[in-house]
Amino acid sequence: MSLRNNAGPAAALGAFAFLLGGVALAFYWVPDDADQGFSQRIFYIHVPVALTAYACFGWGAWKALRLLWTRDQRYDLESYTAVHMGVIFGVLTLVTGSIWAKISWGVWWSWSEQQLVLFLVLFLFYSAYFMLRYSTDPGPRRASMSAVYALFGVVLIPVSFLAIRLAENFIHPVVFTRDGPQMEGTMFLTFCVCLAGVLALATALYQTELAGKRLDERLRELREALA
Amino acid sequence: MSSLDARVEGHDVEAQVIVRARGLERRFGEKRALRGLDLDLGERDCLVVTGPNGSGKSTLLALLAGLLAPTRGELEVSAARGSIGFLAHEPLVYRELTALENLELYGRLYRVRERRERIGMLLERYGLWDARRERVSAYSRGMVQRLALCRALLHDPRLLLLDEPFSSLDAAGAEVLDAELAALAGERALVLATHEPERVRPLATLDLALA
Amino acid sequence: MSAYLGDVVVLARKDLLLELRARDTVPAMLLFVVSALVVFRFSLPAEASDLAAVGLLWIAVVFTALLGLTRAFAAEREQRLLDGLVLAPCDRSAIWLAKSASVLAFLVLAEAIALPAFALFFAPVGWETVAAFALADLGIAAVGTLLAAMAAASRARELLLPLLFLPLVIPIVVGGVGASVQADPGRYLAFLGLYDLVFAILAWASFEYVVTE
Repeated sequence: MSLRNNAGPAAALGAFAFLLGGVALAFYWVPDDADQGFSQRIFYIHVPVALTAYACFGWGAWKALRLLWTRDQRYDLESYTAVHMGVIFGVLTLVTGSIWAKISWGVWWSWSEQQLVLFLVLFLFYSAYFMLRYSTDPGPRRASMSAVYALFGVVLIPVSFLAIRLAENFIHPVVFTRDGPQMEGTMFLTFCVCLAGVLALATALYQTELAGKRLDERLRELREALA
Repeated sequence: MSSLDARVEGHDVEAQVIVRARGLERRFGEKRALRGLDLDLGERDCLVVTGPNGSGKSTLLALLAGLLAPTRGELEVSAARGSIGFLAHEPLVYRELTALENLELYGRLYRVRERRERIGMLLERYGLWDARRERVSAYSRGMVQRLALCRALLHDPRLLLLDEPFSSLDAAGAEVLDAELAALAGERALVLATHEPERVRPLATLDLALA
Repeated sequence: MSAYLGDVVVLARKDLLLELRARDTVPAMLLFVVSALVVFRFSLPAEASDLAAVGLLWIAVVFTALLGLTRAFAAEREQRLLDGLVLAPCDRSAIWLAKSASVLAFLVLAEAIALPAFALFFAPVGWETVAAFALADLGIAAVGTLLAAMAAASRARELLLPLLFLPLVIPIVVGGVGASVQADPGRYLAFLGLYDLVFAILAWASFEYVVTE
């Protein structure tokens, strides 16, 4: 009953537990935010989802680095799956962020929301990642090009962040200010539980997709060997 | 198709092994261009590779040159990049440059010693000396092929990979190439992919028929 | 080291010589950038500020750069010549450096026409803008060359390059426009310098993996 072999199911179980607990805490235990009231609670989903997206991109970049270092093709699928997860959670970030913006300020999008703008740029970048993979024939070449692009992505994150901060001054005047929630004890605990839950969810999805893709691969190999 | 289709026959050579392949396989998406190939090429061997179109001859040469990586199996080429000469399907010469400029470029990149002399000698041997200052875009197919041969031979490679070297050559060019190959066989490692194996049969020490 | 630089010089000379002979990339870029500026003149409402026009100048240059980059590996791609260069014993990053240098040269030539044209059509251009373009060109050439090699290896080719390139050029546009219009250009110029440094190093180190297997 090792953890390695059961990583998928374990993560899924953990995700269920932590998310259930997190939602319960977020709705019933934690007090209202002083500034924003009840609607601020989406923060407990939005930020963990955003952080998880970053984590997925980082994981994808790490696997990409391993691929380039060892030229072991097995890392290609792992890197790709991680980036795929990152994009899914990135879209979720954009959606939850948009909902939050609508609830808080009545607009579906706000350019002064640095987090949202950053994710928009990253979404465009990683969508191009999929275009790159789609329009290149599978093989070692596609694997190393994807890996290099994934590395560019992870470097782009801080650079874009800096750029967006600089751009604030001339894209739009900063109309809405929002202080990052000063997290006191209960808030912090709830946040951590939710973060653990979303990370576990991402892990579970990652393992599942990876296993599925590896199975596809194996099936193809067997089919060919029999042909 | 079984993997035994790739048969390597010929006498073994005691010389140092320059290419060693075990279970070499290269896939392009779904299609397998090369499957389960074992090969030991000595540094004085001449390997003649035959087979119909699409049997993987060009793929094998590209793998040996290092342009492609195997999708499975092992491949060890003991020659450094600078000592491999590759005549590919494409001539790999710049059409808007002259023959001289092309060979100068490759000569510098390959750090060819006594570059000028060597370029001059090759151009003359392959009958391109008079056309050396003309752009390759004005060359006939046969001339382009001859220039490509010059490029492949320029740096006196230890391992020479030739993909259909006789294609597009006229009788005179083919004669020069015959003489060149005869001189190189036994001195260098040669791998020839060809549709006319009879031409090079006397030189061959190893035979590979791909299916 | 000197062998490396020697390779870069040999390769860069080859690229410049090819362009001199073929003369297809630079004239196209020059014509494109001027045409784009004229189109922008017509697309801006009369009351539009000069600041808005500066933004459009940057867009014009970015798309002109894309045009040039699409051509960057055209010969190598059509005739598989990149194989010939990759086979050579030289460092693959030297290929990148040489190609970036020629892309940079073409871009500077295009801007030498674009900036005066802009000054003629819209408003004069200050030293900060010129400095910003100088820095931006480095980043565009560095990143664009690598991406052009990627696109050349794919099936989609010209279609893929803009998709790969535009997200990465967003920070450059931010830095460039910021330096051109804001009161304190120093921050933006410094940011452009940072972008150039970081991405040039990354591109230099990873080009090998883009052109080999």
